[in-house]
Amino acid sequence: MVVVGAGVVGAAIARELARHPLRIAVLDAAEDVGEGSSKANTAILHTGFDAVPGTLEARLVREGHRLLTAYAAETGIPVEPVGALLVAWDGTQLAALPALAAKAEANGHRTTRLIDADELYTREPHLGPGALGALEVPGESLICPWTTVLAYAVQAVRAGVDLHLNCRLEGVTEDVSGTGTVHELLSSRGRLRTRYLVNAAGLYTDEVDRLLGYRDFTVTPRRGQLLVFDAFARSLVRHILLPVPTALGKGVLVAPTVHGKVLLGPTAEDLDPSEKTATGSTQEGTARLREQGARILPELVAEEVTAVYAGLRAATGQEDYRITAHPGRRCVTVGGIRSTGLTASLAIARHVAGLLADTGLDLDPGAVRPLPPVRMPNLGEAFPRPYADARLIAADPAYGTVVCHCERVTLGEIRDALASELPPVSPGGLLRRTRALAGRCQGFACGAAVRALLEGAAR
Amino acid sequence: MDVLVVGAGPAGLAAAAGLASAGAGAVEVLERESAPGGALRYLRSPGPGLPLGGPGYARWLTTAALRAGAVLRTGVSATGWADLPDTGAGPGPGAVETTGPGGLERITARAVVLATGARERPRSARLVPGTRPAGVLTTGELLRSVELFGQRVGERAVVVGGGPVARRAVLALRRSGTEVAAVVAEEAVGGWRRSAGGLGGPVPLLRGARVTGLAGRGRLSGVAVAGPDGRTAVLGCDTVVFTGDWVPDQVLARYGGVVLDPGTGGPAVDAGFRTSAPGVFAVGNTLHAVERAPSAAAEGRAVAGPVLDFLRGGGPWPAGPVPVRVAGPLRWAVPNLLVPGAAAPDAVRLRALRPLPRPVVVEVRQDGRLLARHRLRSPLGPDRSASLPGGWVDRVDPAGGPVRIAVR
Repeated sequence: MVVVGAGVVGAAIARELARHPLRIAVLDAAEDVGEGSSKANTAILHTGFDAVPGTLEARLVREGHRLLTAYAAETGIPVEPVGALLVAWDGTQLAALPALAAKAEANGHRTTRLIDADELYTREPHLGPGALGALEVPGESLICPWTTVLAYAVQAVRAGVDLHLNCRLEGVTEDVSGTGTVHELLSSRGRLRTRYLVNAAGLYTDEVDRLLGYRDFTVTPRRGQLLVFDAFARSLVRHILLPVPTALGKGVLVAPTVHGKVLLGPTAEDLDPSEKTATGSTQEGTARLREQGARILPELVAEEVTAVYAGLRAATGQEDYRITAHPGRRCVTVGGIRSTGLTASLAIARHVAGLLADTGLDLDPGAVRPLPPVRMPNLGEAFPRPYADARLIAADPAYGTVVCHCERVTLGEIRDALASELPPVSPGGLLRRTRALAGRCQGFACGAAVRALLEGAAR
Repeated sequence: MDVLVVGAGPAGLAAAAGLASAGAGAVEVLERESAPGGALRYLRSPGPGLPLGGPGYARWLTTAALRAGAVLRTGVSATGWADLPDTGAGPGPGAVETTGPGGLERITARAVVLATGARERPRSARLVPGTRPAGVLTTGELLRSVELFGQRVGERAVVVGGGPVARRAVLALRRSGTEVAAVVAEEAVGGWRRSAGGLGGPVPLLRGARVTGLAGRGRLSGVAVAGPDGRTAVLGCDTVVFTGDWVPDQVLARYGGVVLDPGTGGPAVDAGFRTSAPGVFAVGNTLHAVERAPSAAAEGRAVAGPVLDFLRGGGPWPAGPVPVRVAGPLRWAVPNLLVPGAAAPDAVRLRALRPLPRPVVVEVRQDGRLLARHRLRSPLGPDRSASLPGGWVDRVDPAGGPVRIAVR
């Protein structure tokens, strides 16, 4: 069994299949897990209240929300169930709220509630003037996207999955000489034979499909630029403030992050299918976001921006996932996972396992083994962190030695990340495991020390 | 504890030395890094204000503080405040919460001196578009890498900014074996040609140009630059150093609810370095980003008197001081609070957003009333302060509005 792609979806699939006595390998062209859209999204655990009822996406997001909420509690992935408010800024948006509440109900969410301007401003006192009301959506939560991918991948690796990074899939041939088709994969790191194949290559799902001879869809990246504001902005906002989608377009959201900052974005820019690496921010994009943010939360834009990033959604021209089994070829394509892949990941993994079983993969329930437990280091501000944990520091003073002062990341946490079974190979990888370098000074104070630790570990 | 000093850079060390030798009692300095000195640690080569280089000066200041009887603790981070007093009428500062290898502490002192320094604004805060590759630094990170860790940061670098810090960046890059592809300076201050010898050769200076984007995946591959004529080009490089654009490191002050000055972005202070929080003083570059190390140290020495007065019960904490505001092209004024009846500042230091052609005449007004008109003696710019003598301060109306300083 080979899974192509070690993003949040591929890692979740590998983890799900690792319950079974299979030989599993995961391939990814990048140097780390979760290097594509999985690391650059809005970091929200969605309820799926606004999905198109009856779609596969609606079902998997609803299931995934439940599964990931439970998994996060079990593994220490930080989640904050702050809830969302869809804020209406004009009559058209206000008029659209009841229909959204009805849609939520059709999706099985009966707890939404319309609130008037007075209650809205009581609950969000820093909101800019002119809001007319809101739809409250309980259950929308903040989550750490980095820890989620890592938890899946670490658990899969502990269960025996082989993770091949820096391993680009370059060709697929079929060997039909034996009993049933065997895929022969040519990768940048050598050849691999597998009976079953899952294509979870994210933005590159269409290209991997073409290697298999399928031309069902083309991935057109839709870029979303986001601004991250300094931790001092966190007290300005209590909920996820969502835009009300109307015929005139979709606005931007303002949301706290579990890391104690505030997100503003995303833009929605349709790119050319060839621009799958166009993750740069633009001057127009950030300027427009700041304009929109200034209206939603005027005090926000006075705070420092600690990061600007852009993620690419894997749009395929269809407002649903494109998860397709090819039974004769013993492969499954997991495409079109756009904005909700993080939320739905565990449900997608179950769904894909079911499809694989339909194509003949032996997933005998009697042979299922429990997955080895994982407990992830906490990166969430709402939960105890090592620098503030007297008992931990007493047991190991490295947890009292702060290296990254902005984010208060300690030597103990960096050391643990470097010694883990999935160690970082870049400053960005270390950031996603510890938050080191993610603060307002961006390495002015600790960049050199962090680089020395990374280089020391590499030797 | 009588006085807790947060930060062992030039300002904090000088404050500790001054306080301990003046008999302030138990004086302790906290430093989050592993060694004292602050920026002096990595300002290794001689430069403006540092004829003998930074590390020697740091050792001298440290020895002076220790000899005077101050206690220095390194590797300890101040993370916040506990038991915050009511603003205005509290008996003294709250306890400072710390983290260190020895555990968590709450340090209660009768007075706290904030000397937390300054930092450069990084690429993200400057909203420079493009990708997010490795190889994007500030001067602070570059100098630490080269001087403290012996690292070589890359093969070929572009330096952004034209001020004195940019020259330090060029020197550090060249000394560590990194080629300097260009210095991109929207507003270069003079002296680049003159200093070429000290910088190891002529510097490819792109005056009037600005960086419009970064490119590269994984590692930086180039920097897009727009010239004054609007033409653009991409400079191939694997490293870019953003220099200058200093801001006070005021995190602890802000956590403590200390009022910040809109011009400096650091704690607002009066002539005695008193902040809005009773018992909390601030000195050095957390007040004004940035002055040279000797100037920060001078403030450290000068805070001893006001702190001693406070410890000896010298009157109530000033309430309702008159703020000093500046209008563009001025950027900030320090001190920026005036306390009628208290010792007036000898001078107010002014900084501008851009180099101002001489002569610069400034006017000081309160509620429209002209308090002073003064021709500044020294040039004024983003990297150079000028002094405005404070002879007008006794004419400030304690019940009036803010004092406003503007360029005429």
